[in-house]
Amino acid sequence: MTTQDPIYKTDALIAEDIQAYLETHQHKTMLRFITCGSVDDGKSTLIGRLLYDSKMIFEDQLATLQADSRKMGTQGQEIDFALLVDGLAAEREQGITIDVAYRFFATEKRKFIVADTPGHEQYTRNMVTGASTADLAVILIDARKGVLTQTRRHSYLVHLLGIRQIVLAVNKMDLVGYDQATFDKIVADYTAFATSIGIKGFTAIPISGFKGDNITGHSDNMPWYTGTALLPHLETVEVDATRDQTGAFRMPVQWVNRPNLDFRGFCGLIASGQVRPGDAVRVLPSGKTSKIARIVALEGDRDLAVAGESVTLTLEDEIDCSRGQVLVAAQAPLEVADQFDATIVWMDEAEMVPGRAYWLKIGTQTVSATIHAPKYEINVNTQEHLAKKTLDLNAIGVAVVTTDRQIPYAPYEENRDLGGFILIDKHTNHTVAAGMIHFALRRAQNIHWQATDITRAHHAAMKNQKPAVLWLTGLSGSGKSTIANIVEKKLARMNRHTFLLDGDNVRHGLNKDLGFTEADRVENIRRVGEVAKLMTDAGLIVITAFISPFRSERDMVRGMMQPGEFVEVFVDTPLEVAEGRDVKGLYAKARAGQLKNFTGIDSPYEAPVAPELRIDTTEMSAEEAADLIIARLIP
Amino acid sequence: MSTKSLTHLQRLEAESIHILREVAAEAEKPVMLYSVGKDSAVMLHLAKKAFYPAPPPFPLLHVDTTWKFRDMYALRNRAAQEAGMELLVYQNPEAKAKGINPFDHGSLHTDMWKTEGLKQALDLHGFDVAFGGARRDEEKSRAKERVFSFRSANHRWDPKNQRPELWRLYNARKSKGESVRVFPISNWTELDIWQYIYLENIEIVPLYFAAPRPTVERDGLILMVDDDRFRLKDGEVPQMRSVRFRTLGCYPLTGAVESEAATLPDVIQEMLLTTTSERQGRAIDHDQAASMEKKKQEGYF
Repeated sequence: MTTQDPIYKTDALIAEDIQAYLETHQHKTMLRFITCGSVDDGKSTLIGRLLYDSKMIFEDQLATLQADSRKMGTQGQEIDFALLVDGLAAEREQGITIDVAYRFFATEKRKFIVADTPGHEQYTRNMVTGASTADLAVILIDARKGVLTQTRRHSYLVHLLGIRQIVLAVNKMDLVGYDQATFDKIVADYTAFATSIGIKGFTAIPISGFKGDNITGHSDNMPWYTGTALLPHLETVEVDATRDQTGAFRMPVQWVNRPNLDFRGFCGLIASGQVRPGDAVRVLPSGKTSKIARIVALEGDRDLAVAGESVTLTLEDEIDCSRGQVLVAAQAPLEVADQFDATIVWMDEAEMVPGRAYWLKIGTQTVSATIHAPKYEINVNTQEHLAKKTLDLNAIGVAVVTTDRQIPYAPYEENRDLGGFILIDKHTNHTVAAGMIHFALRRAQNIHWQATDITRAHHAAMKNQKPAVLWLTGLSGSGKSTIANIVEKKLARMNRHTFLLDGDNVRHGLNKDLGFTEADRVENIRRVGEVAKLMTDAGLIVITAFISPFRSERDMVRGMMQPGEFVEVFVDTPLEVAEGRDVKGLYAKARAGQLKNFTGIDSPYEAPVAPELRIDTTEMSAEEAADLIIARLIP
Repeated sequence: MSTKSLTHLQRLEAESIHILREVAAEAEKPVMLYSVGKDSAVMLHLAKKAFYPAPPPFPLLHVDTTWKFRDMYALRNRAAQEAGMELLVYQNPEAKAKGINPFDHGSLHTDMWKTEGLKQALDLHGFDVAFGGARRDEEKSRAKERVFSFRSANHRWDPKNQRPELWRLYNARKSKGESVRVFPISNWTELDIWQYIYLENIEIVPLYFAAPRPTVERDGLILMVDDDRFRLKDGEVPQMRSVRFRTLGCYPLTGAVESEAATLPDVIQEMLLTTTSERQGRAIDHDQAASMEKKKQEGYF
């Protein structure tokens, strides 16, 4: 083993003058980086080596490591550094890391946080997660193998996540006799590929993680290499937080601090720029302006705060500003929009459902959003565009995202905090996707809501009724249409203005282009919801009879209506009863395999959790059910 | 435009404050678990900074085993008062009734007082988010822990079913009954903690500093005889040794190190020159290689 000496060991100063040591170390900066490569590339060995060389390994850990190396190591009698960083028990047995693990080490100049992620194809989501917070990426290549498919995949993902600093670490140089030609060939191959995907620059370093060449200092084994060693390079590259300070001031408001009536502080982490008392600021999306009064802190007011700091600001004027809004430099506002072109990385076992409403969290704001069918999926290995109707686990695609309100944003490549978002499933609460905004499709300011003189209140008053949507949901054959029809007849006799939207009828016209896949069912319900909404604006009582099997879409329609106007009626008929009736002979067909995606047979029905009304059709007649519904509507 | 280079402690502080505020904004009923150790001291200090001039908008919860050092109880009560926060103390009534103690009951002591006690306390008050002072550098299985760590309705941690965490976007949504453990100082190392305590002048339990203390040596651990409940073996006589503690827990289970380091710089100096890792003083880790991971799945913090 080449011993490279301990320029990183500071024992002397620690022992001689601890105060001086502490003084130096208070001024350290921090770099977060990600390592990409597989176990075979020696990634864990490299990280173990960095920890070891920077003295982050204690004697008891080393003793455990030596014992483990003999028991399950792959390096004979030598220390297997990889065992240092492999974490969970099951993974240790398999000999692979299967998640994102964070490691820490420090040198004289910097503290480092390493995101260690696996190189296996199925774990794109882990790499994207690790890369999202990294300033720099170390892409490992086995010198014996050169640029592989996985190298291209890792580089593509790193570039996609906006990492500007890339180190190409050509590892295992000891196994190719420290040969310069091998290194040069790999760098040439990589340059051609990197340029083709838009990577503007990278630093290539020939190393051996196992032997310790070009890790902390220049290796005597490769006199032909004149660049810096890995660790000195990591100690000196510019971190993103510093670069972000040069942009215009932006701070998503995270928390409004209101201990008493005399104090109102706006708290948040500054996403870009700098701020000083007296600076003119604007609140988005409201557009109201004021000036910074104070930068408040426990240790005393400050006269400057910069990107990357968490602060509390007060304003000179009392203007409305709440969590989710963004404070920006008054003369350099952000754009505001509600429809975006974005790259989506799907991270959930359940595939994306185009048209379904998900929660979208961006900055400190959470809004409802729908994702349109992808324009294309990207093959991460070849970067080819593939036509796809949806995205499944670990798929990356480009799609249009529509939010239910206007949000301030910046393109992701300008600012990660203002252009990166996650999608959350409204029912499982899982984080199902990560997204990066490229640009807004329509500037919201170009489409104005047309105010009309005859308001919805006017329409309702003329009909002398309160508009409502009676939403009947239940299995095919549960009795929805029968009951809905009776309800409408009874309301008509009571001089109420109504309209019945029936599932089958709508599919003959408005929705005849839709089938019965999950995505089409979502779109079916969305359109019906929009039509029902227009009808309530016209003052009508709308009765609908749709299977509407998914909770998400029923909730979406509920969200479209005015509060209290949506009445969910669960027509609860057990499957065996509905199938026994089989009025239209559909169950028989579905059982015979002639009808695909039939609710209750090979497609799920998600029963309402808390409907306004539940009708048990095994207990009452259709007539009685109709009376119950009307009693709920007109008490 | 001139830029100002943020130090590693400034960036860590900003991240922790961001996490604390995010929970305050999104949780229904958060609580901060307070163990009185140095990590808890830093977490509490960060909470004060995050919400200044208001007090932190959540209470402190100490899951007590009745076997902590006396110095810890003293600081606990004072720290809560100075922060203007409500202090909740929970002792598992079943463990109390059965007289569970570290001398007779081995690992059952930790299971019942700490693991079960914590679950009971969270259920009793209906807290949906609990801040904890765990750090990723403490132990290998912690390195993969999320900042927001989800627990099922029966408090179990499933390492295969955690949500991806991207950028600074934390998803705090959960179903009824589920809860979240949030670790605001995940990315701090032991050295960062010490440097920050030094820089910010944060009060910590005096046990971290060397002083002459009555001790006995057992199975390679130096134990402090903190009160008369300590059961001395035949012929065992407590000896005064100059010792300090690198980590604090139940006093009969926490090993001291012999030391003369009586000031913070001296402690940091010793820590930097030391050759053993922090958790070595805790009996809990020695059982099996992946013991922490197992304990976590069962609901240990």
